[in-house]
Amino acid sequence: MKDSIKKGSTGFFRSTWYKRFISDYGMVIVLAGLCLLFSLLTITEQHPTGVAAAEDLLKQIRELVPGGGPVLVVTSGSPDDSEFVRALKESPRLSRLQPLSFITGTPSDVRARMTVLDKAGQIPQYIITTHASSAMVDMITSQLAVFKDVAVLAPTSHKWPTFLMADNIRNVANQITVIAIIAIGMTMVIITAGIDLSVGSMIALSAVVVAWLVGRLGGEEASNVTMIIAALGGIILCGGVGAFSGLMVTAFRIPPFIATLAMMQVAAGLGYIISQGRPIYQLPDSFVWLGRGVDPLLHIPIAVILMLVLYALAHLVMSRTTYGRYIYAVGGNLEAARLAGIRVKLVLFSVYTICGMLAGLGGVVMASQLKSGAPTYGLTYELYVIAAVVVGGTSLMGGEGRILGTLIGAFIIAVIQNGMNLVNVESYTQKVVLGLVILAAVLVDRLKQRNFNFKALWHYKKKHHLNEHNLTGDEGGK
Amino acid sequence: MNLPSKAKSDPKPCLVEIEGISKSFPGVHAVRAANYGLREGEIHALVGENGAGKSTLIKILTGVHRRDRGEIRLRGRPVSFRTPLEAQQAGIATIYQEFTLVPFLSVAANIFLGHEFTERGLLNHRRERREAAALLDRLGGNFDPAVTVSELTVAQQQIVEIARAIARHSNILVMDEPTAALAPREVFNLFDLLRELAGQGMGIIFISHRLDEVLAMAQRITVMRDGVTIATRPTADYTRLELIEQMVGRSIEQEYFKDKVPIGKTCLEVMNLGGGMVRDVSFSVRCGEILGLAGLMGAGRTEAARLIFGADPRKSGAILLNGHQLDISSPHDAIERGICLLPEDRKAQGLILSASIKDNFALPNLKSWSRLGWIYQRREKERFSDRVNGLNIRLASQDQRAEELSGGNQQKLLIARWLEANTEVIIFDEPTRGIDVGAKYEMYLLIGRLAAQGKAIIVISSELPELLGICDRILVMRRGRIAGEIIDVGSATPEAIMTLAV
Repeated sequence: MKDSIKKGSTGFFRSTWYKRFISDYGMVIVLAGLCLLFSLLTITEQHPTGVAAAEDLLKQIRELVPGGGPVLVVTSGSPDDSEFVRALKESPRLSRLQPLSFITGTPSDVRARMTVLDKAGQIPQYIITTHASSAMVDMITSQLAVFKDVAVLAPTSHKWPTFLMADNIRNVANQITVIAIIAIGMTMVIITAGIDLSVGSMIALSAVVVAWLVGRLGGEEASNVTMIIAALGGIILCGGVGAFSGLMVTAFRIPPFIATLAMMQVAAGLGYIISQGRPIYQLPDSFVWLGRGVDPLLHIPIAVILMLVLYALAHLVMSRTTYGRYIYAVGGNLEAARLAGIRVKLVLFSVYTICGMLAGLGGVVMASQLKSGAPTYGLTYELYVIAAVVVGGTSLMGGEGRILGTLIGAFIIAVIQNGMNLVNVESYTQKVVLGLVILAAVLVDRLKQRNFNFKALWHYKKKHHLNEHNLTGDEGGK
Repeated sequence: MNLPSKAKSDPKPCLVEIEGISKSFPGVHAVRAANYGLREGEIHALVGENGAGKSTLIKILTGVHRRDRGEIRLRGRPVSFRTPLEAQQAGIATIYQEFTLVPFLSVAANIFLGHEFTERGLLNHRRERREAAALLDRLGGNFDPAVTVSELTVAQQQIVEIARAIARHSNILVMDEPTAALAPREVFNLFDLLRELAGQGMGIIFISHRLDEVLAMAQRITVMRDGVTIATRPTADYTRLELIEQMVGRSIEQEYFKDKVPIGKTCLEVMNLGGGMVRDVSFSVRCGEILGLAGLMGAGRTEAARLIFGADPRKSGAILLNGHQLDISSPHDAIERGICLLPEDRKAQGLILSASIKDNFALPNLKSWSRLGWIYQRREKERFSDRVNGLNIRLASQDQRAEELSGGNQQKLLIARWLEANTEVIIFDEPTRGIDVGAKYEMYLLIGRLAAQGKAIIVISSELPELLGICDRILVMRRGRIAGEIIDVGSATPEAIMTLAV
């Protein structure tokens, strides 16, 4: 018994659940590290706008003049400022402020209005403005003698990482949805030791087909039912393309790389043929619900919710159903799986079909985000999708991988891109960094496959004074 | 007649002396104070179960691993190899089970790889071919040195490996399981060649699981167990059973197990089976019967089994189970109808090495504990523990990867899987290949127990004593057909089978 335990626990990451978690989802730590890094790098003064700014100012005023006093609200006409003014006006506490006037407009407008107030003898106790307009207000008050001594109040600012702003996080999630949704299917394909290069083209094909169908079935006046039918059309067509790849791979034993490389061209060409090479724009406004809509409660984008639901489903399928087991088995050892009675061709075929359908869905989401369908969409997306899967820890050799790892992989890629944008890394450098990250992920996978035992290596080195041999550790076998 | 006694009284000089070698890896003492000596012109076998430390000892000698303690002397001079290359330059050539030839280079290029004949920086192909041809001629290799290695048979590739060793002026040849992939005829030729090389003064370290070969070939045998060299004795001092006892470390009453089981009605019947190289094979197996399938490698035994199991397309013939004709066109069908196969190559065809032990066990049986594709994991764990405990499989955890199990336990895991599937017919293809002696006996017990449960069992094996030891009846195949049947197994001999097989 002892012997086998020793053999079993050779791996560094074994035995307890948290070690297992690190082994399976070690990339979580990488993702957390990246988030921390970009948070620290992007700490800046954050100025509240809109409703938050109004709340803040009402609080300031209450503390300064508990009884309330005459104030003047000066803003420029920008959307943020209008929101701010609207929030102020709607506040139940506004009456306590005794606002003299709300002045909105260009600097010359504002100066004119303030001169009028001056002549009428209406001098406010405070001038309220936003951060964006405070410079303008300062300039005008310095020119008008009466207002020189009036205090100007702007919302208080605080230090907070731009990376962690709700808008930015929503942005990251939104950017990654298309890639992450398709990466589910790609993970399944790669676990069977295959690959699907055609997903990028299928995004374009699906987007074009959806836009074209909506155009045909009602154009800008299309009903919701019509749009759902069009979306299904795009998804089913791409499912068909995937099924065709699957058929080539199973029935004719064409290597997946070749079969899907061919379908990549076919799908891209079909997209151009259907759209006649031009983007299709004639879509109803409600078409963007999927891509740009948010849920009413937490303002989470609909596409992100869809993505999370799909990941939850896929995780259950891969870890808790017979189908998931069969996918791992086929990828781990095709012949052994066949001899264990698994219908391996059916499994392979279905995996490519599912991957195609998810690529079609990704195309629908992208068309909805951009409110159009063009044959140029999704170019080189297959590489990002594959990168997400690989960074997420799935082995290109097949048989191993985790769906949730892929989600993390997708987020790692999105966070790196977004973070570098925030710290103003130019896009050429971004490519270099991204490439190196993918390489590092594959390297980790390699070392894991060779059963690289870091802990044992450490002890070994300590014991043997840096003996330079046999660092890869395959001493057990013969 | 005088020669052996003369050799005894005047031993030849030692080529290699290994003294007190120890080596530990994190958590394991792989080799402890091992001693071994190789004389000039001697074939000295190294035997032991898997994990006994043979490979580690050899790897220390050949510079793959470094020793912790002890001394190695080559012709009396202490040496310490830091890399395999250094050992090679000192005259030690190692031929592993997996050859290290470059498949798409020519035989000649492989033989002189790293030591090419050059003339002003250019390869001298003509000289390379000539020298290679001379070497092959000497070794009895009757093939053209210009062909690529991938076109050669395993035995021919082995000759290329030996030729390479000689080309590098090696005088110590380490052969790790050289006969594992050879047909009997080729084994015979190899042994002739090795004896000849030894006669010319080469020392040969011979590692093999096949004890018959060891006893036939070696002048001395060193037995290793648990990292220790138990004994080194002249071959004449050992019987087969004694050798096994030394290797296992306890006394063995019998090597095989055969229980008297009542044999019932006909279970599986195969008629005029054909497909691939298999022609017109007909036979039947009864419930509780163990039927042996003997024959040379490539005689069509495995192929016939795969046809019955639906693993290869069947061209003709019918398969009947309990009198009903079965329509089998895939392993999936066969398993559903009650036939299963334990393939000859556990790692390539039996197990998903990257998957957990539990998943491997569950793979064909998922239907019994799932509904609409949803797996009831608690029930799965129960069934798994039941079977694993029943078969005494040693494992650290059910989530351990299958590749971490020993050969014997891997085989037992596969048996556990098919026991759970509860099929009526079980076909074992080389069930004890690469398994420890101790585990082999356990395997025979298991096969016997299955027969006692009334299952029809077919055993394919290249080890004739094994078939004679455990089967009720033996069919011998030759060139895809059934060449004969041995009904009275008790009084049959391996020679009787061989005459039918060749």
